[in-house]
Amino acid sequence: MKGFLSSSIGKKLLMSLSGLFLIVFLLVHLGVNLTMLFDPIDGTVYNKAANFMGTNPIMKVMEPLLALGFFLHILYGIIVQLNNWKARGSSKYAVVDQKDSSTWASRNMIWLGVFVFTFLIVHIINYYAVLKFGQPPSTHVDGVEMHNTFKLVSDLFEIWWYDLIYIIGFIALGLHLHHAFWSAFQTLGLNNKIWRRRLEIIGDIYTIVVVAGFTIIPLYFLIF
Amino acid sequence: MSDKNINIKLKVWRQNGPNDAGRFDNYEMNEIPTAASFLEMMDMLNEKLLGEGKEPISFDHDCREGICGACSMFINGRAHGPDNAVTTCQLHMRKFKDGDTITIEPWRAKAFPVIKDLMVDRYSLDLIQQAGGYVSVNTGSAPDANSMPIHKDIAEEAFDAAACIGCGACVATCKNGSAMLFVGAKVSHLALLPQGKIEAKERAQKMLAKMDELGFGSCSNTGACEVECPKEVSISFIARLNREYLVANLKD
Ligand code: HEM
Ligand code: SF4
Ligand code: FES
Repeated sequence: MKGFLSSSIGKKLLMSLSGLFLIVFLLVHLGVNLTMLFDPIDGTVYNKAANFMGTNPIMKVMEPLLALGFFLHILYGIIVQLNNWKARGSSKYAVVDQKDSSTWASRNMIWLGVFVFTFLIVHIINYYAVLKFGQPPSTHVDGVEMHNTFKLVSDLFEIWWYDLIYIIGFIALGLHLHHAFWSAFQTLGLNNKIWRRRLEIIGDIYTIVVVAGFTIIPLYFLIF
Repeated sequence: MSDKNINIKLKVWRQNGPNDAGRFDNYEMNEIPTAASFLEMMDMLNEKLLGEGKEPISFDHDCREGICGACSMFINGRAHGPDNAVTTCQLHMRKFKDGDTITIEPWRAKAFPVIKDLMVDRYSLDLIQQAGGYVSVNTGSAPDANSMPIHKDIAEEAFDAAACIGCGACVATCKNGSAMLFVGAKVSHLALLPQGKIEAKERAQKMLAKMDELGFGSCSNTGACEVECPKEVSISFIARLNREYLVANLKD
């Protein structure tokens, strides 16, 4: 066990577990967001869902866990990448041709990650920080006063350039996930010649659902 | 198979020793038969250099039949050049066109220091092997056929892993300079067979610890190694190595 988590495989184990946790989180987040489309006029369903997520005790535990998940994933992403650059050596190839041997996404996970991270910061400033520490609009649903998260979100979605940033962020995340999903299983040792292809397909279906699901919402508010 | 000749330009990495910064030198080669192997073309170039009183280019080679793994060379951005599933000695000039410029570099990785020109020190792979890539007890001479039944699929899989010739193309190709395909192959071919199974877990731990210690990177699962491997060793063996390693550490 000594040195387990600091070994090359140990570090990747932490990345894959935290990454898979984030993958589950994205689905839950998408589920809540999609309720915006149920009544896109006053957003009662979404406000109820958001209020539930913001107040129930399970989420009070999940929130720090999620922060920890992001923290570990990003921290180890950087540590692993720095070590990998070092291992490549100081003398660089003049010509590298990997177009037939690996995907672009798999070679650029760190840059896709940095991009997603930037997006995450913008996202936290615009929503999370406003809901937690700022003065979000409020509303009454069934006589209960709560944040009008729907108004906060849908107002921003009506600005075209905001939607553009939002959608580009999800495309970067989509490319990250295209490689990340099956890669996490490979890291955990849960892969072989038969499952490789299956995991890639499941991963791509997941990726398309997440990217399409999240982008369809701002587009709806932009168009209608 | 055509027997035409081609003219090519070469851009070859020259480095006097481990501490030299190194540089590219340009050469022109005319009338190279396309039936020649890449190493034969290099021999012709060296003959020419010797004739001109210049220092020939150092490069590794031994069997010249694709089984020893000695020949290296990073050709036009790919380990062992443009053909798939071959070593450099099995690469032929028919893979190139008349007028091509071919860039030839040594394997580059922190754990593979250049000795001279295109020759690199791959002793680090031997050190990984010595850290645990063996069976500790004497298993005697070859047993009678079928006295130890092994399922055909398992035997096949072990053989696919054992096909690794330790050439280092996986390390040279890997964007992280990782030896995971090599270690995965060595750990798997022993772990799959009865004699090697007993020490499988500690073998994975020892070999991985050595790999990390020697400055190889970790695996990003890009899969470039299995495409460039002359023996087509699959990255499913990396998954097996991960499995052996994780289980070994969780049991400890
Ligand atoms: C919701 C967001 C994210 C999800 C769902 C996610 C998921 C994943 C997963 C599952 C992997 C595969 C792990 C493995 O190969 O075992 C991965 C790899 C990676 N992630 Fe993320 N990630 C996210 C955000 C980020 C961010 C913000 C960074 C910023 C640095 C990042 C950096 C990386 C890197 C560098 C790798 C490749 C590691 C390697 O194999 O060398 N990720 N990600
Ligand atoms: S796994 Fe393939 S590329 Fe790597 S050392 Fe063995 S034969 Fe060479
Ligand atoms: S010289 Fe032996 S494999 Fe090429």
